[in-house]
Amino acid sequence: MSADDPVVSMRDIDVHFQDDGGVNPFADPETVRAVDGVDLDIPENDVVAIVGESGSGKTTLGKAAVGLQQPTGGTVSFRGQDIWTAKKRFSNPSIPYSEIRRSLQIIHQDPGSSLNPHQTVEASLAAPLKKYESELGPEDREARILAMLERVGMTPPHDYAQRYPHQLSGGEKQRVALIRALLMNPDLILADEAVSALDVSLRVEVMDLMLDLQDQFDTSFLFISHDLSNARYLAEHADGRLGVMYLGELVELGDAEEVLRNPQHPYTKVLKWATPSLSPDEGAAEPPVREIDIPDPVDPPSGCRFHTRCPYATEHCKEATPEQHSIGAAAHQASCFRLDDASDYWHSEPLEGASLDADER
Amino acid sequence: MSGRADAASVPKTDTESEVVLSCRDLSVEFRMDRGTSRVLNGLDIDIERNEIIGVVGESGSGKSMFASALLDAVVEPGVTSGEITYRPSEGEPVDVLDLSDDRLRQLRWEEISMVFQGALSSFNPTLKLRGHFVETLEAHDYDVEAGLERTRELLSDLYLDPDRVLDSYPHELSGGMKQRALIALSLVLEPEVLVMDEPTAALDLLMQRSIVSLLSDLRDKYDLTMVFITHDLPLVTKLADRIGVLYAFELAEVGSTEEILSDPKHPYTRALLNSTPDIDSPLEEMRPIEGAAPDPVNVPSGCPYHERCPMATEDCATIKPDMEAASATHDVACHHWERVDDEIDLTTEVDR
Repeated sequence: MSADDPVVSMRDIDVHFQDDGGVNPFADPETVRAVDGVDLDIPENDVVAIVGESGSGKTTLGKAAVGLQQPTGGTVSFRGQDIWTAKKRFSNPSIPYSEIRRSLQIIHQDPGSSLNPHQTVEASLAAPLKKYESELGPEDREARILAMLERVGMTPPHDYAQRYPHQLSGGEKQRVALIRALLMNPDLILADEAVSALDVSLRVEVMDLMLDLQDQFDTSFLFISHDLSNARYLAEHADGRLGVMYLGELVELGDAEEVLRNPQHPYTKVLKWATPSLSPDEGAAEPPVREIDIPDPVDPPSGCRFHTRCPYATEHCKEATPEQHSIGAAAHQASCFRLDDASDYWHSEPLEGASLDADER
Repeated sequence: MSGRADAASVPKTDTESEVVLSCRDLSVEFRMDRGTSRVLNGLDIDIERNEIIGVVGESGSGKSMFASALLDAVVEPGVTSGEITYRPSEGEPVDVLDLSDDRLRQLRWEEISMVFQGALSSFNPTLKLRGHFVETLEAHDYDVEAGLERTRELLSDLYLDPDRVLDSYPHELSGGMKQRALIALSLVLEPEVLVMDEPTAALDLLMQRSIVSLLSDLRDKYDLTMVFITHDLPLVTKLADRIGVLYAFELAEVGSTEEILSDPKHPYTRALLNSTPDIDSPLEEMRPIEGAAPDPVNVPSGCPYHERCPMATEDCATIKPDMEAASATHDVACHHWERVDDEIDLTTEVDR
């Protein structure tokens, strides 16, 4: 393994789910293209936040990144070692699969259902240590757990260690889930909507804790959220990147501050509009999309997938698929014809309700 | 944009704003083994005709109880006390908590209707959408033909294709479409007041924001009064004329949206604003609120917020603050509201 390799590298990832029609053998098989042709590198000690609507494939992408979802196309590698090859028998990988599994952890959305209700906090936290660090004796194990509980602010740790999940608040449960992931000393943690179920006043607290621990343990985070404000908070604080997904494609990716301040893809602009700010002077304007419902992912639109809703779409967007374009010096990329001055887009007929110079919002 | 702002301020200026629903000392109690749980404690609030009032609170602040209490729909063994007076545009005022079952059934939906959280569970999965509308119209002895005509109009107002939606089963619609269909269903009997409890909580950001825009169009078109209950403070500021902040089953502060956002007087409202991740406010300034929300059986004496409040004095622990008027439209329940400006900075304000 070389130090320069990113922790996780995804190349041209496709995840397609096939529905063979259930009990009807004559039904046409339907393919849901949850993730389609996504490239993403997550270097060491980095924070990447992915935002998108439900059904955009953001969770599937996250699961593919930590090796919980096998992609139907493309490769996912951990420090240069293909994860799914390492899992096969007799493949003689440079990094054994058990090590990869330990290095890639996940925190789920609902802290209540990710902890075993019949086990105390200590028992839940001891299980992964017993499996991966079997040389630790009971006292050492307990000391590790208590130290971690104290570190995340759950004091007195002895008291918390003996509690059952129902005796914890939502924020405390999420902390236990975070400790459970961190005890494995992972290289990457997937936090899938990890703060969405918490109260507004607790979200900042849990995100601060994640940032703090990220800093101390040099862990990378892949943070999945539908909420641009939360994603921005985490990504900008850690100097990380922000990615925007739409119907299985990563339409924009770049430095979080840059993407928010200077969004290039029309969909990112729409998301920004949809995120209410706390400034009072802005009224409820019309949605800047031509269609407020997201299209069916079983049958995504041709060409640029956003053309059915995009306020700038033309006939060209319906036929051709836009390439990724880099913007400025920072690693900021977006897939839209409007970024290419030489594109046929500029000479093409706008679709109904759209226009080339729809008001910038 | 400016046209809309004018329209929103009209009900305030023309004649005297008329009160549609007024609550006095509204309380809800549950008796439990470990004591009596007061999940709504002596709420006084007036809801004016044609306004959209937002009620904001964290989970466990009593906001859903407030919604249920407005329709006298608190489930057993909860006991609602106090007074709710409903003044219809024509006819005599009605005491909602004192109605017979028949009259109450008529009041709900026909005059005050409600949209609940989670549209998925509000529809019968074996009945097409048309069935739901017909059933509602028939149950209230309305003319079905005329009602369906109105339904079509409402559905198109909500950017839905009426024919497609009416001929679909609930599972054939997406979450956002179901939620909008539910709003149409709640308006089909032409109510005057629409109470919404977290109507957008399970939806995507873009859909939430779109529904909020549609709601304010509906208010203008059908002369509705809306009560919008949510935990999402940024969202409600885009819709509401006034906002009430609930803390520990009591109203901490009520004021116009502008006042609550730029000049909140209650320390809790300030802390809440400072802790809300916002897309525009400077990053370094966000701060969590210290401590935890109180247990309904054991609400602290005096001001319920005093244990978490940085400004608390001995008075706060013993004497319950009354609602005081900070301005004509702005009431706050805090002993020290006049000092708040000096003691607690409002960080969302910094870059404006």
